[in-house]
Amino acid sequence: MPVEIPKENWTSQVLEVTLGATPEQGGTRGRTVTVGGESTLPFLHYEGEMPHRPVVAVEVLDRYPDDWSPLLLEAWGEAAHDPVAWAAQGVANGADLVCLRLEGAHPDRDGRSPAEAAQTVKSVLKGVEVPLIVLGPGQPEADNEVLVAVAEATSGERLALGLCEDKNYRTIVAAALAHQHLVIASSPIDVNLAKQLNILISDMGLPLERILIDPTTGALGYGLEYTYSVMERLRIAALSGDRLTQLPFFCTAGLESWRQKESKVGEGVPASWGDFRERAIAWEVMTATALLMAGADILVLRHPESIRRVVRIIDRLMGTKEA
Amino acid sequence: MALSGLEMYKLLPKTNCKECGFPTCLAFAMKLAAKQAELSACPYVSEEARQALAAAAAPPIRLVSIGTDPHKVEVGNETVLFRHEKTFYHEPGIFLRVRDTQEPATIETAVREALSYSVERVGLALGLNGVAIENASGDPEAFARTVQQVRALTQKPFILMAEDPAALKAALAVEGGKRPLLYAATSANWQGMAALAKEAGLPLAVRDGDLSTLADLTEKIKAAGVEDLVLDPGTRGILESLHALTALRRLALKKNFRPLGYPIITFPGEGAEDPLDEAVIAAEHVAKYAGLIVLDHFSPALVYPLLTLRLNIYTDPQKPIQVSPGLYEIGSPGPQSPLMITTNFSLTYFTVAGEVEGSGVPSWLLIADSEGMSVLTAWAAGKFDAEKIAKTVKQFDAASKISHRKLILPGYVSSLLGEVEDELQGWEILVGPREAVDIPNYLKNVWRP
Repeated sequence: MPVEIPKENWTSQVLEVTLGATPEQGGTRGRTVTVGGESTLPFLHYEGEMPHRPVVAVEVLDRYPDDWSPLLLEAWGEAAHDPVAWAAQGVANGADLVCLRLEGAHPDRDGRSPAEAAQTVKSVLKGVEVPLIVLGPGQPEADNEVLVAVAEATSGERLALGLCEDKNYRTIVAAALAHQHLVIASSPIDVNLAKQLNILISDMGLPLERILIDPTTGALGYGLEYTYSVMERLRIAALSGDRLTQLPFFCTAGLESWRQKESKVGEGVPASWGDFRERAIAWEVMTATALLMAGADILVLRHPESIRRVVRIIDRLMGTKEA
Repeated sequence: MALSGLEMYKLLPKTNCKECGFPTCLAFAMKLAAKQAELSACPYVSEEARQALAAAAAPPIRLVSIGTDPHKVEVGNETVLFRHEKTFYHEPGIFLRVRDTQEPATIETAVREALSYSVERVGLALGLNGVAIENASGDPEAFARTVQQVRALTQKPFILMAEDPAALKAALAVEGGKRPLLYAATSANWQGMAALAKEAGLPLAVRDGDLSTLADLTEKIKAAGVEDLVLDPGTRGILESLHALTALRRLALKKNFRPLGYPIITFPGEGAEDPLDEAVIAAEHVAKYAGLIVLDHFSPALVYPLLTLRLNIYTDPQKPIQVSPGLYEIGSPGPQSPLMITTNFSLTYFTVAGEVEGSGVPSWLLIADSEGMSVLTAWAAGKFDAEKIAKTVKQFDAASKISHRKLILPGYVSSLLGEVEDELQGWEILVGPREAVDIPNYLKNVWRP
């Protein structure tokens, strides 16, 4: 009996968002990265288009991450002292983007000045040819000061700046508008709050093509199912024509999985947790895999082995490089 | 797929005889559709209508059970493509495969290690469901010996894998009557497999790489009297299996296509590059539509995240796992012990309680009713604010247990400090760590009564 594979007739698609600008486009990048454009659910190539593969960004800090898991410190070694070398190694491991988090500018950390932070961004831009995502230290006043300085110093580069939240987005959006950058709109695992923030940001004049959605990522075992379902709901709404949801997803899978005890602690944990290194990498890779199934477009990861593995998983899911 | 009241009406005698207790056949049909009446109330319904209505009432994906209590695994009977539409009901059974060509000592070690494995998460004990035993030798006697050996080690369910019905028959003689799944009927052997499954009253897996052929096979096997079927669409790669499993789930739910309305079995190890890659493909199958997952490798470090993912995906989105609000004792706290407050999301509770216990500092843990939300989510939703915190302290009379008047807030809600101080006059409000993992250090080095 002939069986016809059921296909969905989606009416719409995700917007294409391009990070980075080449010299001809007003930046200095050797290559740009475009995400989005999906007209089907993840990897269902037989029913619609997925013109751009999901990409991986390596998370790099502007300070030595002394509170990170020992496994990460071991993996990056000396490079973790130098954001330029760290970014370059991340790219050498297969990362398509660099996600630079300016934690050193946090008043409770090193309290670096906005000018210093902007200088770090410029150094990393010089060291790699891939586009950059730049995240502030995560404290509203510091975020605003630092990201404005960064936006000015890198005018035209089409960085993705974040995180914009409903209580703190105006300054960052204004800086992105003035200097041809993108922003990441972060909302707490909720379809309506995500849409509302996108309205507020686009009302300031920033085109939707310059916004990424951070749905707030929960790690495996720590709220992953909430992120997973809110992403599926947003993506189905996007494919069904809801314009304010038609933006690519930005997911901090590395940050979330590596701050959990499973990935941070090797001693004094139940024997049933198994080998520390094997478990921690599996935690990050499986968190990323589940997010890919829900529609992740940009996955920010931390461990070099996870980066290599997730790139390979994406290749196979895209059907581009079969084993 | 359920029939509407009008569709049911067409199948009734339309005589309005009232013997069913309803004034008209239409009224009776409406009650049937609403599941408020039984078809047996109609004395005149035709056999044809009875069958049509029974078929319509059957779930689009058949519920298949393997094994016996207390280790029974039930899979299938799913009703949605996306968990947010309702929930996923029957989490996939996860099995470890051994082969009758392996040394008995190797098999014993593997089975003991995998099936005694248990990991605790949010108060639940998670583990593997059973063993798949493959007749890789092709020898029915060797197969039976291995099955007998493994049955002596565990009462958990088996998936018996052989190409030859005679080998399965030999294995069934020593399997112990624990309702194993027989794997697998193919175009080449389906008659023998169907006959054996029917005679033994056991569920049967059916394998073919082509969905049309697979549908033909299930229809033939069903006609031969076996209804508890499991599908193996034959795909093994991470992309191919996503496509096949999605197609099967959609055919069952959206097209109500009965010939493929059965749970699915997968073998992620056969398409994997190494053990972690096997776990990754298994993770995809947990998210996207497998009913039974057979692993070729067992490693606690890989099984723990996989079981955690299964728990996450199969949690009912409408009912987050919660604990009861109240004042909990961790260790044997006294009047000088610290008092902490957090929310009643069960993951929050178990994570915090675990760290407090691990610190060795006996403590009072006050749990507020945040409707099952974690600290940050509850705070954002207004379910964990200063008023709620003060109310919880009073409701469970925390003051009667302690001689000091100090309350430790989760670090993530440090912004509530001033408001809580206003609400709880006479109390000193402290800010604890943001992450539970930092609690032991806080209790040991920062906390002073």
